[in-house]
This record gives sequence, structure tokens and C-alpha cells, in this order.
Amino acid sequence: MQLANTNRTRARGLRRASVAAAGLALAAGLAACSSGGASSSSAGAGPLAAASGAAGIAAALQQPTTLTLWAWAPQTKDIVAAFEKKYPKVKVNLVNAGTATDEYTKLDNAIKAGSGAPDLAQIEYYALPQFALQGALADLSADGLGSLQSQFSAAVWDSVDIGGKLVGLPQDTGPMALFYNKTVFDKYHLAVPATWAQYAADAKKLHAANPKEYIGNDVGDPGFVTSMIWAAGGHPYSVSGTKDVSINLQDPGSVKFADLWSPLISGHLLDPISSWSTQWYTGLANGSIASLVTGAWMPVDLESGVPTGKADWRVAPMPEWASGQPATSENGGSADSVLAGSKNQLAAAGFLQFMNAGPGAQISADSGDFPSSNAIINSASFLAQAPAYFGGQQINKVLAQSASSVMPGWSYLPFQVYANSIFPNSVGQAYTGRSSLDAGLQQWQQQSASYGTQQGFSVTSKS
Amino acid sequence: MNGRKRHSLLLNLLMTVMLLYAVLPLFWLVVNSTKTQRSLFTTFGLWFGGPFVLWSNIHQVLTYDNGIFVRWLGNTLLYVVAGAGGATALATLAGYGLAKYQFPGKRAVFAVVLAAVAVPGTALAVPTFLFFSDLHLTNTPWAVIVPSLVSPFGLYLIWVYAQDAVPAELLDAARIDGAGELRTFFRISLRLLGPGVVTVLLFTIVATWNNYFLPLIMLSTPRWYPLTVGLNDWNIQSYTAGGQAIYNLVITGSLLTVIPIMIAFLILQRYWRSGLAAGSVKQ
Repeated sequence: MQLANTNRTRARGLRRASVAAAGLALAAGLAACSSGGASSSSAGAGPLAAASGAAGIAAALQQPTTLTLWAWAPQTKDIVAAFEKKYPKVKVNLVNAGTATDEYTKLDNAIKAGSGAPDLAQIEYYALPQFALQGALADLSADGLGSLQSQFSAAVWDSVDIGGKLVGLPQDTGPMALFYNKTVFDKYHLAVPATWAQYAADAKKLHAANPKEYIGNDVGDPGFVTSMIWAAGGHPYSVSGTKDVSINLQDPGSVKFADLWSPLISGHLLDPISSWSTQWYTGLANGSIASLVTGAWMPVDLESGVPTGKADWRVAPMPEWASGQPATSENGGSADSVLAGSKNQLAAAGFLQFMNAGPGAQISADSGDFPSSNAIINSASFLAQAPAYFGGQQINKVLAQSASSVMPGWSYLPFQVYANSIFPNSVGQAYTGRSSLDAGLQQWQQQSASYGTQQGFSVTSKS
Repeated sequence: MNGRKRHSLLLNLLMTVMLLYAVLPLFWLVVNSTKTQRSLFTTFGLWFGGPFVLWSNIHQVLTYDNGIFVRWLGNTLLYVVAGAGGATALATLAGYGLAKYQFPGKRAVFAVVLAAVAVPGTALAVPTFLFFSDLHLTNTPWAVIVPSLVSPFGLYLIWVYAQDAVPAELLDAARIDGAGELRTFFRISLRLLGPGVVTVLLFTIVATWNNYFLPLIMLSTPRWYPLTVGLNDWNIQSYTAGGQAIYNLVITGSLLTVIPIMIAFLILQRYWRSGLAAGSVKQ
């Protein structure tokens, strides 16, 4: 009964039934996508397009309007409250329609059904292309939000600029880092690994010293695998236009990752526990999972989920492939988008600007989200934070460094949510010893490609 | 004699294992609903540990997020009363009608009902969603209640039960005495059908109480969630940056959720047993 795929992300989630739900409903939802990019043109511009840009948005925010926003991030309600205080005529109806894939299933269903979709929705970066390429998201550059580009780093902006359209504004990001339990590392005299070669050596040393100890846990997580390939310089997915997709999980980055990770799996050097499970929290609390390579959103989750680990944990840069050449990637994080079907495009765009490029960004950062805005990441007050949980270490300095080292040019598949849901059947097999990691990746590529073809994409599967 | 004894020892052993298998999760649930979020992950899972906070957990469950749990409980009760109650009423009327009256097309209805028993509700969820969406009924309680009203299995059970439990001679006698069909049904047949009806009621209550997938895709507003979907929401909220981990509330909430269904079982189980045996012997 392995539920394998914590399907990634800062909001990682989904499993069990929700995976099935995603599979089913996406099959339905994407049918709509394949049958026509035609529907995309219908909305895009929106009824108020005549008065677009900053002036149009400012005017729209003074009109009595009700916006519906689907989001699960807990601080969203504070942002909504601050927004309604500043723009009392606009009422924002905040609905938590589920976390991550639960929400996408509903969003897909509502878009396909043509009714019931919100004006705005929180969508993780890996799922954005899927909604963007079916024409479900409004192009915000038409509303003049393109000028906000300078507020964000290039890698983050890449994630919301899809096929030449600005389909969302970044909310939080997850540049990767190594979170490690210093008490355990000290006890076994392990050096904090600066490179992946050292990481592998540490994994061996730790497990040999105490068979109950592992350097990390992994049962196969598609979000982790794609982020690792990303950091290794891989570009397994590319999309051009709205129909042409190519997949190559044998590119140099993917091979680098597989060569590193295979021996760790086959040597049983990773605790076979899925992230976010109760055993995982137990392992983090009792020190049997000594480190995590994950996104910069992890600190608040450690503080609330593993309160007993206080003062044990530290943050180090993500290990490097080549010593002295920092290269990282994003893991998780989400944007917020205006739906193409929204009748309040300009007011929605105005809210979005407030939320992710205005006062809302600071509210998010204060709640523990890792910010997307350069100004906040580089601010003295942010960098100087020294949480007691991490023994007073100024962790944001490490995380900000990671944010500036994210490899550019990454893209996800326009059906990544589905691809991630079938990950356990292919790559996941490698973790139970039924196949090699490399063979698993090839199989994943094949299954993803054939799904893409069924959905009407022209897929080039390289090998 | 020796052989016989060993045989029953084996059976007893098997039964004990089965009993443990069934009771252990429940035991775990009870034990862990007494723990704080912190001691959940630091104490042994199958025994009490850390401060005993069952009452404070229950209080938190009922008040967390403005008492949304109570709202979910109310929603679930609504879906159970309207959905399971309605399904039982419809199944009883239809099953009785099919068993006791002759009319053209009866065999066709029989075939359709039998086929419907074989289709899992989950497979119909997405088409049902699209259908309800066209009717603009998604995200309303109707979207959960209306599909719950149909219980082919319940109909089939009542049908089979009515064939044996309500003798045709009795109905003839009632007619000769001048009772109308409705009066006969309510005054005579319904009482004879009692155990069958309760069985169907129990089946549909359990099905509606545990219904997860249908409300999950039909509803997007937490205000209308039943307990199953709501608890899952609590469970996954910690997967988010800044999301508060409230596993202690998820566990205590689950405990509170299974209690009513256990009570329903204890009250109705004897009918269930006699109902299940109905129609198993041809007299």
C-alpha cells in the first residue's frame, strides 16, 4: 500500500483518493483542452479590455465588485482583509477549495463545465502550464502587469511567463537547500556535504555507523526528481507554441541525477518513508532522518510539525554537482492567476497586483512563505532574521543565495499534474527494487509521451 | 474428539487475529486522540503518552475555524437523513411494486437494476458532475443528496425480501376486505417488510455517511462539506508552507465521526442480520 507520490511541492499533498480524482477528472478536463485551443481566444482580453492598464485597474477597483478567490495558503485571509480595507468597494470571497491537486481537479471540472470557476486561483508552478495552454488563464500583460517583471528574479518570472503570455504573478517560491539535523551530524562526525559526492559518502557513513539512521527519506517523489534534474542542469521538458512538446529524461542532467541517486536507493541508504506521513514526522523528530533536500518553505513546516527539533536544525546550501559552482532549482511554490472566464478581469488583476506585488507580498513573507519578490528577499530585515528554531542561524541568507542560483530555462510539461500522478507506476518501481531508476525514468517518459499524444499534443520523445 | 478440539482452537485463534485486525485501528484512534500534536510524533503510537488532552482536543475540534466541524457534522446529518432516508423510501416503494404487481416491462426493469448494482458509484462520479453542472446544481447540497437517493442494491434487496415476506394471499385477503392498495401497503405490507427496510436503511446510512468521492468533486465550498471531505482538508492543510499541522484534531475529529455510525450499527444490527438472511432460502 505505498502511496508513494507525495506529488511534490511546497504544498505537496495529494495522495490516495485525490490522486485517483486527479487522474479521472484530468482525463475529462484535458479532453476539453485537446479539442481546441480555440476556447482560449474567447476570454483572454475580457470585457473591460478597452480601458486596460494601470488606469483601467485603478478605475475597476473603485467599482462595487465581488471577486471569488480559490486559495489554500493560510495567510491569504489576512491579505484579503488588508485589500478590502484599502478598496472597500471590492469584496473578495475567499474559498479554500482544497489543497493543490484537490483544487486542480475542481478547477478543471469547473472550466470544462463552463460554470462555477472562480475569478482567481492559487496554482503551483508545475501545474500552471496545464491550465495556461488550455487557455484557461488570462494574459495579464494585457492588463499592464508585464511591467512588474523587474520585481522578480528571472527564474521565477520564467515560471509564470508561458508561451509569451503572463499567466500569473508569483506568490511564494521554493529555492532548494539542505536542511540538516546538526545534533545528529555532530554525533556521527559528519561533514555538512558541500557536493553531492560528499552527500553520498555521508549517506553511507551514517547508515554504517547506525543502521537506524538515514541521511534522508525517499520513496519516489516526482516533484523532488524534477527539481533535482533541474538543479543538475537538465532540461527534460520543452514546449514550443501550444502543441509541440518534447520529453527527454535521458538528457545530461537527468543522467547525472540517476547516476547519483541509483546507488543510494539500491544501497538502501534512504529511509523508505514518504514525506508528510506520520512516520516522516516521527523520523524528523527522533533524528532517524538526518536531513532534507527541499524548498525554502520548509522552515515553518519544521517549526510547526517538529517542535521538538528546536535548535537541532540548520540550513546549508544545496549540495553542488561541481565544487564551487552553485546551481539550484525551485521545489514547489505557487502563483496566483486570473481565470480567462472571469467577468471581472481588471479588478481581479488589481487584486493580484496587491497580493503578490504589493502589500500582500510582505504579509505572505511574514507568515513564513519564502517570498518571490526581489525587494523582500534582499531586504536587510529579511536577511537578518535568526530564528531560535535554527539555533539563531541567519537562514534567509542561505536561502536567498539559493534563490539567486536557480538554473534558468526550466519548463514543466503542459500535463505535468497527470504525469506526476503516474510517477509511482514507473519511476516509483525503482524504489521497491523492481526496476532500475534509469529504466523507470525511461518508462515515465514513454507513458507521459503517450498520454500527451492522446491529449492532442505533438510529442517528441527523445532517447 | 481430539481432532475436534484442535479444530476449534484454530478457529478461535483465527477469530482472535481477525478481532485484533478489526479493533486495532480503532484502539489506535482512541489512544492517539488523547495526545497533543507534539506528543503524537514523540511517544509510542499504540499506548498513551504525554499529557492526556482528550477533552481539550474535543473542545478544539468543535471550535477550530469558527466551529466548522459542527457545520460539517450538520451537513453530514442532512445528507444522511435526506439521502439515506430518501433512498430507503424510494427503494422500498419500487422494490415492493416490482415484487407484487404484474406489468409489462418488468423483466427489463429487473435487468437494468441488476446491471446498476454492478456499477460502482465512483465510476459515475465524473459524468454525474458534468450532468449536475449543466443543471447548475454543483456546489449545492442537492448535488450530494440527489445522487444518494438512488440505491439499486437497496431496491433489489427489498424486491427479493418482499417476494417472501409478503404473501400474495394476504394481499388478496386485504383486497377482498375492501382495503385500497395504498392502505394495504402502509397498514400491512410495510410492517412485514420492516427488517428489510431497516437493512436497506443501514446500508444507505453507512454509504452516505462515508461518502467521500462524490462530495469531493461536487462541492468547492467548505461550508457544504460533509465530515469526510472536511477532515481530509484538515489533514492536508499542513502540507503547505505556513499551514498549521493539526493532526491531533484530525484524529480526534475522526473519532467523533465514527461514534454516531457505531451507535447506529449497535441499534440496528439485529435487523441487519435477519435482513441479510432474507431470501436466502426458497420456501
